[in-house]
Amino acid sequence: MLAYTARRIVYVIPVIISVALVCFLLVHITPGDPLVAILPADASQELANQLRVAYGFDRPLPVQFGLWLWKAVNGDLGTSIATGRPVLSEVMRAVSNTVMLALAAAAIGFSFGLFFGLVAGYFRNTWVDKVATSIAIAGVSVPHYWLGMVLVIIFSVQLNWLPAVGAGPGGSGAWSWDWEHIRYLILPAITTSVIPMGIVTRTVRALTGDILSQDFVEALRAKGLHETHVFRHVIKNAAPTALAVMGLQLGYMLGGSILIETVFSWPGSGLLLNSAIFQRDLPLLQGTILVLALFFVILNLLVDIVQASIDPRIKRS
Amino acid sequence: MRIVKSAKWRAATAIFTLAIASAALAHTASAETVLRIGMTAADIPRTLGQPDQGFEGNRFTGLTMYDALTMWDLSSDTKASVVIPGLATEWAVEANDKTKWTFKLRPGVTFHDGSPFNADAVVWNVDKVLKTDAPQYDASQVGVTASRMPTLLSARKVDDMTVELVTKEPDSFLPINLTNLFMASPTKWQKLYDAAESADAKAKSQAAWAAFARDASGTGPWKMAKFTPRERLELVKNDNYWDKARVPKTDKMVLLPMPEANARTAALLSGQLDWIEAPAPDAVKELTQRGFKIYKNEQPHVWPWQFSRIEGSPWNDIRVRKAANLCIDREGLKEGLLAGLMVPATGTFEPGHPWRGNPTFQIKYNLPAAQKLMQEAGFGPNKKLSVKIQTSASGSGQMLPLPMNEYLQQALAECYFDVQFDVIEWNTLFTNWRRGVKDPSANGTNAINVTYAAMDPFFAMVRFLQSQMAPPVSNNWGFINNPKFDDLVKKARQTFDPAERDKALAELHAASVDDAAFLFVAHDVGPRAVSPKIKGLVQPKSWFVDFSPVTVQ
Repeated sequence: MLAYTARRIVYVIPVIISVALVCFLLVHITPGDPLVAILPADASQELANQLRVAYGFDRPLPVQFGLWLWKAVNGDLGTSIATGRPVLSEVMRAVSNTVMLALAAAAIGFSFGLFFGLVAGYFRNTWVDKVATSIAIAGVSVPHYWLGMVLVIIFSVQLNWLPAVGAGPGGSGAWSWDWEHIRYLILPAITTSVIPMGIVTRTVRALTGDILSQDFVEALRAKGLHETHVFRHVIKNAAPTALAVMGLQLGYMLGGSILIETVFSWPGSGLLLNSAIFQRDLPLLQGTILVLALFFVILNLLVDIVQASIDPRIKRS
Repeated sequence: MRIVKSAKWRAATAIFTLAIASAALAHTASAETVLRIGMTAADIPRTLGQPDQGFEGNRFTGLTMYDALTMWDLSSDTKASVVIPGLATEWAVEANDKTKWTFKLRPGVTFHDGSPFNADAVVWNVDKVLKTDAPQYDASQVGVTASRMPTLLSARKVDDMTVELVTKEPDSFLPINLTNLFMASPTKWQKLYDAAESADAKAKSQAAWAAFARDASGTGPWKMAKFTPRERLELVKNDNYWDKARVPKTDKMVLLPMPEANARTAALLSGQLDWIEAPAPDAVKELTQRGFKIYKNEQPHVWPWQFSRIEGSPWNDIRVRKAANLCIDREGLKEGLLAGLMVPATGTFEPGHPWRGNPTFQIKYNLPAAQKLMQEAGFGPNKKLSVKIQTSASGSGQMLPLPMNEYLQQALAECYFDVQFDVIEWNTLFTNWRRGVKDPSANGTNAINVTYAAMDPFFAMVRFLQSQMAPPVSNNWGFINNPKFDDLVKKARQTFDPAERDKALAELHAASVDDAAFLFVAHDVGPRAVSPKIKGLVQPKSWFVDFSPVTVQ
């Protein structure tokens, strides 16, 4: 198990370097001025050149990349052009808000997804299955930003039950786990949970149906095992694949959703990316993408390790 | 006996009721009033003195916490907003050297940290963006400041309450430009600089500015109370503000960045906010039905097509330029697509503005006249004139660029124009604007659609009309080269009597309209929707607004 873990960690290093290179190149090869956030179009050419030198954008791209990567390795992602604040603190604050939202959404999405998936799998081709599957398909198909707006119209504007926007009465900086703050989390979390719920439902349904049709289940029942014990075996066999799917979905959610966070003004990484893109704030954009990619890679690594510990066949392969 | 008892009881009850009522009244009187505003910005504009995010930044984190030497009069919703004394009480250009100005400073003004405002503070604030070797020089503040006062060279202390400002060339626009230079507290900054831990002076300076942004100190009517980056900024009223008439009538103002129009509208409708900037046009009807008030007024903003004037451009024929201007039904655009949220443009400045002048070419909807001009220019139903416009799908001040351009495309088709578009991302369009029509980035287009602010003569006219302002110098994208414009610009810049300067500017504006220098389409109206609880708001003809008289009931 240790050797497997070490090998997987080594594989991750070139992936991270490639991600860093790709995100650096992507933001640099797009047309437009990298100083647009602080350089009005009416600024003189002399002033533009002066600022380009001050920010180091006059250097060759390989030099810029090398410097950026070296600083990043040392924990310095530079400063935001638009705000002058350190990128790392900006990203970490946003990521912590997104993690909170993602975990809440995961709790909702995975629990409902598992429930609907198991129910649909156990009662295949019945009306129960049809209802659960319909919910799953709707969850995957519905544009979630549209759903967010609909929820806001119903629960905030019409019923006035829940807040429409924000991350607490005093902002996320003053967050505490009481009802006054949790109210702000409910609508964005439900909206975020819809897609993973649908995907988990469909995956678990297919897995459950597949496992239930296998010979060993018949054998277990023939032995006279109680259905609860049979159910445990089904769960154990479905767990590795279901876990991989959930891990992947959690990874997506930890990346933050630009649309959902913008609709709810939730100060997470999605809203930060949105802001960085529109302000063309290259250090912030690069830093945010890099940190999110790292999260995704590390999460995948953890899922692989957990999968391997559950299913010995993976280690052997 | 019973009567006495009853009288005592009634008296006791009355006293008790009175006490309760007094307590309730006292509580009401002492309850903090809070004004909650949803901005269109995706982030809190920079708080260190020179805001980013265009004029919305100046509106919310510039003019609230800071003052400049000169300021805009925002007290009227009918008259054009003009420059008035701010931290300077008077100013004059030197008789023998028109590059030197003397500014007398307002006595008795203090920064929020208690330090005095004086000539040293003015010199320090000029140096923060112009003197590269000054400890407080900050490159991140230079772009948004130096470009707005392009001729300012330096500042010198004459005495505690007098400064001398020097310009590169004679420039009568300087007092207008100076509305953009906000005064931050040098004392506060120095304390933060001294506290910064670094051996490198540049790093210490950056750390000091970052700390200053978190705990700002200006002289403005509002003081920073609490700042959560990217989420909220809380300002409290400055009871010691130097202009007692402008001490805020509300205790606290909370600013929240909300770039999504529907989110802002929902937050207002659900009672989370009291005021939102730029509600979505399709939400206006519902908002007014629910009792919210829509404030709007003509802004110094122009939504134009800026023509190419290089050799071979179809816009070189004045008949074509005039025809395009006469072919647009601006009222139809206003009432249909924009739900009333625009003012039809008949130039950069509308009647009533001191820089309007008396143009002879009347911009209005006159289809027969437009068609006649096009026929005279050699075009007709069987011979269309192809034009290509570079525009964006969104962008600050661009209003609804694609639908509006499609409206123009259909309208101009009736005047034998065949309009094509090159739609690009906003920041790229903005960058291309600096590069000009001769640059490959123009991509074969012969007009560009970038909106502009028209508060200041340089931004409104000079940078587009003066031949020396052609790229890479400034925004004369189409390389207009008209000696008459150049002469009028020079005349305006070198006329130092304000009334005479305004006349010269009006002459320049009239000449630009008579030449149909742009396709003038619309002025934005800076719409904002506010709760019926909000009183005292005056929406001036400006990008800015004075929050001081606003009350929350």
